[in-house]
Parts: sequence; C-alpha cells; structure tokens
Amino acid sequence: MPEPGRALPQPTPETQHFWDGTQAGELLLQRCDECRHVYFPPRPFCPKCVSRKVTVFRASGKAILDSYVIHHRKVPGFEPPYAIAVVKLAEGPRMMTNIVECPQTPEALQLDMPLEVVFEKQTDTITLPFFRPARG
Amino acid sequence: MPHNTVAVVGAAETSKLGVIPDMSQLQLHADAALNAMADCGLKPRDIDGVATAGETPVQTAHYLGITPTWVDGTSVGGCSFMIHVRHAAAAIEAGLAKTILVTHGESGRSGIGRIPRPVPASSLNGQFEQPFGPMGPPSLFPIPVLRYMKTYGVTHEQIAMVSVVQREWAAKNPRATFRNPITVEDVLNSRMIAYPFRLLQCCLVTDGGGALILTSAERAKDFPTKPVYIIGTGESVETPMVSQMESFTSSRAFSVAGPTAFREAGITHEDVDHLMIYDAFAHLPLFGLEDLGFVPRGEAGRFIAERNTAPGGKLPLNTNGGGLSYMHSGMYGMYALQESVRQMRGTAPAQIPGARISVCHGVGGMFAASGTIIFSNQEP
Repeated sequence: MPEPGRALPQPTPETQHFWDGTQAGELLLQRCDECRHVYFPPRPFCPKCVSRKVTVFRASGKAILDSYVIHHRKVPGFEPPYAIAVVKLAEGPRMMTNIVECPQTPEALQLDMPLEVVFEKQTDTITLPFFRPARG
Repeated sequence: MPHNTVAVVGAAETSKLGVIPDMSQLQLHADAALNAMADCGLKPRDIDGVATAGETPVQTAHYLGITPTWVDGTSVGGCSFMIHVRHAAAAIEAGLAKTILVTHGESGRSGIGRIPRPVPASSLNGQFEQPFGPMGPPSLFPIPVLRYMKTYGVTHEQIAMVSVVQREWAAKNPRATFRNPITVEDVLNSRMIAYPFRLLQCCLVTDGGGALILTSAERAKDFPTKPVYIIGTGESVETPMVSQMESFTSSRAFSVAGPTAFREAGITHEDVDHLMIYDAFAHLPLFGLEDLGFVPRGEAGRFIAERNTAPGGKLPLNTNGGGLSYMHSGMYGMYALQESVRQMRGTAPAQIPGARISVCHGVGGMFAASGTIIFSNQEP
C-alpha cells in the first residue's frame, strides 16, 4: 500500500475560485469594492465592512517570510525536518505555506526574506501554492 | 458588570492525575465533580446549572443525575472553563440558576473514551493550514515565536527560563508530574519538536479532570469551605487559524479578555498577588504578561529570566508548575483555575503567604480564544 500523502483541501462554494486559480497558476485574492480592503481566506463579503461587493483579483505572488517553525516529527507526505511557514503577501494578507527550493534550516530561512509563489500540482483537482526565495 | 456577588464554594481535581487508564473521559468529569460536591457538602439534586467542554452538558448532567435549569456547552479549547465561570457568574446574578457545576475531564494520555477532534478537509483550517504539514498544537502554537523574538530581541535562553522557573514551582507540588530541577542547558538540549521549541518547552500530555461549584456570595457563607469570590471576568475569541492572527507579537483575544477582567474588578496590576497564565507552550506566559499589561511590550522574557515570577519573586506565576510541569490533559484551563482557588483558600502546596487577589488567564486553541477570571478571598 502506498504511504498516504499530505492532507489536501476540499473546496467549498466560497473557496472554489481560489483553488481554480492555483490550478491555473494564479494566486487569487479578494478586494472590497467599497472600502478597498484586501483579505484572505476567501469569502463572498468583506470582513471589514461586510459589503457583498467584492472583486477577485490576481495577486503579485510576492511575499516576505513572516514566521515559521521547523517541524521535526513525521507527518504523512512530509520528510522532517520541514518548515511550516506563514508569509505576508505584498497585498497585505498572511497565508500558511511551505518554503521550497531552500534548505529547511534557521540559517537559510531568515525572517523578512523576499519570496515568490510557485504552484505544485497534487491531484487532478488540487494545486497548492508554495513559496520560494525570490529570484527577481 | 462587576461580578463580586458570586463565589466558588466547591473545587477539586480528580483523585488521581497523570496516567489513569482505568477511567474514561466521562468518568474523569464525574470523579472531579463528585470530589467537588464532597468538598462543599452538596449532592447532585442541589445543582441546577451545568457547564462543561469536551463532553456535552447533556452527557455530564445525565451521568451525574442532575436536572439543570441552565446549561453552557461553550467549547473553545482550554480556556472554556474560564468562560464557563464567567457565564455562570452572570447566570447566577441574573437568577437563571443558583448552584452551578463546571466540569472538565480528559483522557489526554490514555485516550480512554476520548472524543476524536478531526479537522475536516472542507473547513478553513483543513483548506488553508492542514495541507502544509501541521500535526496538532506543537506544530502550530509556536509559529509566532520567531517573529516575537526578532521584534523584541528576545533570546532562546530567556524563553528557556520559563520552563526552568516553572519546574521550580512544580518541585513544591507533590501532585506535579515533573519535579526534578532543570537548567537552561537542559531545556536547550532537549529533543527538537518544532524549531524554535524543544520538548521541555511543550506541555505534558496526561489524564485528569477538575470541577468547580459556584453560587451567590450571600449563600457562600453557609458552606463549609472558604468562599473564593469572582471579582472580574473577561472573554474573547480571535481566529481558528494561527496564520490569521492580526499580530504575531500579541494575542487580540488576550488583549480583550484580560483588560476586560481588570476593568470589571477595578484593580491595578500592583493589587495582584498571584497569577496563572495557561502555558501549553513556553511563549504563552510571555504573551500573557504583556497582553495583560504586567510588563511593557517585549519585556516579558527578561522579566522571567530575572526571576520575578520564580519562588521568592514579586509576581508568583504558575505556582502549580503549569502545563509544562504540573499536568496538561489537553484543555488545561481547569487546573489553572484550581490552583487560583487553592491559593485564595490558603491551601496550595506552594502557598503565597497572605495572597488576596489571583488572576487566572486562559487560552483556547492556538491563540483562538481566551478567558480571564480574577479571584479574591476578601468579602465584597
């Protein structure tokens, strides 16, 4: 029997556009048409002013490393030690992710280092957004 | 609304703490409840309010033979019991119930009769955190720590002192799981769990339970136990996802619950003789000390390293040894409340002489929720 892989998301009607976006190689956020607030995770209204007039837009994919742990225990789909990171997107919101194309060490993982999004297909319906050190 | 009209009259933990393979989770609730009823001379027929987390109030009320007129099943993690106490105080003041039982029981280590808590793949946590490899609180709770350390220049050695100092308190408690002294080196050489945190910076996993019985301050005088009055309370929630906290150097839930309780009590920090801050992991006392306003931002690491919270220090903190050394069943808040009540009764193993006011601050989830209770042994 193959080893179980990592846990995968099951989209809901409110988040389907986000996961369609990652499949298409786009990181999609939402902006409130009324108060201009940019937010994550997805929902069909602004969590700041509760306007239902919100627009999905493609984020730059640029971020900085906000904080992380380097996990040393075995988890299905992961080879420890590996970093569980939170990045701060250029547009404002934070999101949890993994840092790829980078040693998983405190020396290599410096807070505030610039990152850029990359997409990794997991199944026919799910592609996850990861981040790597920025090349630009 | 100042809550100086309600008191704790019954308080007890389970007869055993630690490894209890011969009791289910439900029986741990009951064992603690029976001990609390015996503590103040009550029977189930005397109880008309039930609050609990982990089990539902339906389970505990039926199992104990109680017919309540008021129930609360608030279940927001380890601080649920602080929030139950707050709600119970309001319910007694409003006349919804006269005598309320709050129970906790958890077979955290043995897993007997434990209710699984899976993260659904369609939940927000399941979609936006679980795919990136977390496995429970040790992998998630410490995520803000590196940002906190960088912002304020806090060192690994300072944070290690949290565990060292709490072990000193645990050494004074016969029921504490770990009582042997440890050093900063021991902490920093213990097994890495989730950098920057190592084994000795993570809570225990044990079995146990606890229960409290509350009634009006007026009735409290008729009980055999020394009344412990509730003079201030606060609660809040922030986010189910640690990645979505507003800040990684402060907890919004702490910053709402703590100051709300202080305002209700009408006390200043100088009035506080004893403090409990739920320490599932070693950074929680740092966030708690700062968010509750005991020290300026960024100063908590130094404050603890300089032994201000240690035995003999000016602000005794987590005097049972805390979740790091005393016990931690999963939802530890009840044990912090029990230690505050013991300190106010004057019966704690590491008793603070003359203590009159105790602040008990809890966390739920990964900074998801918070509840604060301020106790006093002075008649209102």
